[in-house]
Amino acid sequence: MIEIGHVTRKFGAAVAVDDVTVTAPGGAITALVGTSGSGKTTLLRMINRLIEPTSGTIAIDGVDTRTLKPFELRRRIGYVIQGDGLFPHRSVAGNIGTVPALLGWDRPRIRARVAELMEMFQLDPAVYARRLPHELSGGQRQRVGVARALAAGPRVLLMDEPFGALDPIIRLKAQDDLLALQKRLGTTIVLVTHDMNEALRLGDFIAVMDAGKLLQFATPAEMLVRPATPFVEELIGTGDRPFRLLALAPVSEIVEPGTAGGPPVPATATQYEALASLAWDGRSAAPVAAPDGTIVGIVTVTGLLRHAARPR
Amino acid sequence: MTPVGIAFRLLVLVLMVAFLANPGLFEPLLLPLTRNGAPAIYVQGDLVALTLNHLAIVAMATGAATIIAVGLAMLVSRPSGVEFLPLSRSIVNIGQTFPPVAVLAIAVPLVGFGDRPALIALFLYGLLPIFENALVGLTGVPAAVADAARGMGLTPRQILFRVDLPLALPLILSGVRLSAVIALSTAAIGSTVAAKTLGEVIIAGLLSGNTAFVVQGGLLVAGLAILIDGVFVAAERFAAHRVGALQLRTA
Ligand SMILES: Nc1ncnc2c1ncn2[C@@H]1O[C@H](COP(=O)(O)OP(=O)(O)O)[C@@H](O)[C@H]1O
Ligand SMILES: [Mg+2]
Repeated sequence: MIEIGHVTRKFGAAVAVDDVTVTAPGGAITALVGTSGSGKTTLLRMINRLIEPTSGTIAIDGVDTRTLKPFELRRRIGYVIQGDGLFPHRSVAGNIGTVPALLGWDRPRIRARVAELMEMFQLDPAVYARRLPHELSGGQRQRVGVARALAAGPRVLLMDEPFGALDPIIRLKAQDDLLALQKRLGTTIVLVTHDMNEALRLGDFIAVMDAGKLLQFATPAEMLVRPATPFVEELIGTGDRPFRLLALAPVSEIVEPGTAGGPPVPATATQYEALASLAWDGRSAAPVAAPDGTIVGIVTVTGLLRHAARPR
Repeated sequence: MTPVGIAFRLLVLVLMVAFLANPGLFEPLLLPLTRNGAPAIYVQGDLVALTLNHLAIVAMATGAATIIAVGLAMLVSRPSGVEFLPLSRSIVNIGQTFPPVAVLAIAVPLVGFGDRPALIALFLYGLLPIFENALVGLTGVPAAVADAARGMGLTPRQILFRVDLPLALPLILSGVRLSAVIALSTAAIGSTVAAKTLGEVIIAGLLSGNTAFVVQGGLLVAGLAILIDGVFVAAERFAAHRVGALQLRTA
């Protein structure tokens, strides 16, 4: 849990972050979203004290960050930036092992940890451990960057537009990997993005910033349904809002009793996927299959559309 | 380095070793450059000893210039040392703009004749290229890399020694190469104040009107310069490859 209390940061007369109070819940992904220059990076970098707040307090799991030396604090917090920032003169293994080495782990332990992380990020140690960053693809470099940030098992991970430099397909894959990883490790993640789609896709919670101020902190569904200000509404984009809402919930939430023909829809699929499938087949209803294959009911176009409508 | 470049440098090395081991072999080539039956090969001093001393003077002066110039660049490239940048720049610039001959003239009354005034002149003359290159290298670390290093919890000292210096190494080596090559030719002037360098051979040739001496002294210095340059170019390319910046230079 990261508690940010009345934090302000000024650069000269300009206020980059203006009296922000927000708590990023532990073990969840909080997406920090806003237009360029809204103060996201400044707020993120105050968490690991790359920037010191002009005023206000920040506590991680109840501990005020000012009670630690900055470099000690940073060794406990994973940090990933756009364009990866890998050390060009260090091998993949050397890069991933950076923080464990700083923490004084012995060599066999570092080596084992590096191998474990490389496996986790689908990088065969036999092939890639000795490679230099310039000998990797963009997607591989990005994964090494995340692996490096996680090397010492931090409970908190800060990510500043980590997928910004990736092309769309690799980006989707990287986002999925991050979600799976976060589920597995339970890391508290704060992820900065200027892309509301990414925030909706990745965030358990979304914090919207504009001109240094926090406009809204909410779950993705809440934010879609009840944007706090016209600016938040604009950021979300109203054109495909119903579909985004459907994309956030699984079919299992709106199963109706009854029977229907045709191939079943998995209960774990999103409602958006179910609607797409029904629309494409020209069906008005489909059976719903639980993960074990049993049919648990049906999902109907009417039911889906009811769920996509603005709540009153 | 191209295969032709390597072959050329090997040839230079072989010719130099052959000449120093047995100058007599080359007498027929140099004889046409002499007049009135003057000797074609310099025998007043030991050519091997002169060559080694020439190299030693250059190595010491360039080594000292490297330590001082890189040290200064390290200092002024840190946030706490930025204020010393103009001063440091002035110092190394004066070293470069003051002609070595003038430095020799000033140094002799202070430290006497011999190798010492030459060392001082070469040292001062060698500071600038090393300083400027080191500064560009140390301050040119990509922003994302510098940011990651800090964010990962490296201390300022660790950032300097583990990130900035290794990444600046190719450029630093390139500065040292420039200084060393310039010093090799400049060292010859040191013989005017009795420094034991190959300049002695050239000066002897000039004084006695013996072109053969001038040519063999000049060629030995040029040969050394070519070889030293080659060694540094190879080292730079190796270092640049390590930092993934092979495209930096292809010479
Ligand atoms: N080191 C700095 N010095 C001066 N102004 C800065 C500095 N860092 C950020 N700013 C300013 O603070 C504001 C917020 O910047 P930033 O946090 O980087 O925004 P974002 O990450 O949302 O794009 C911008 O107006 C930016 O120009
Ligand atoms: Mg930013």
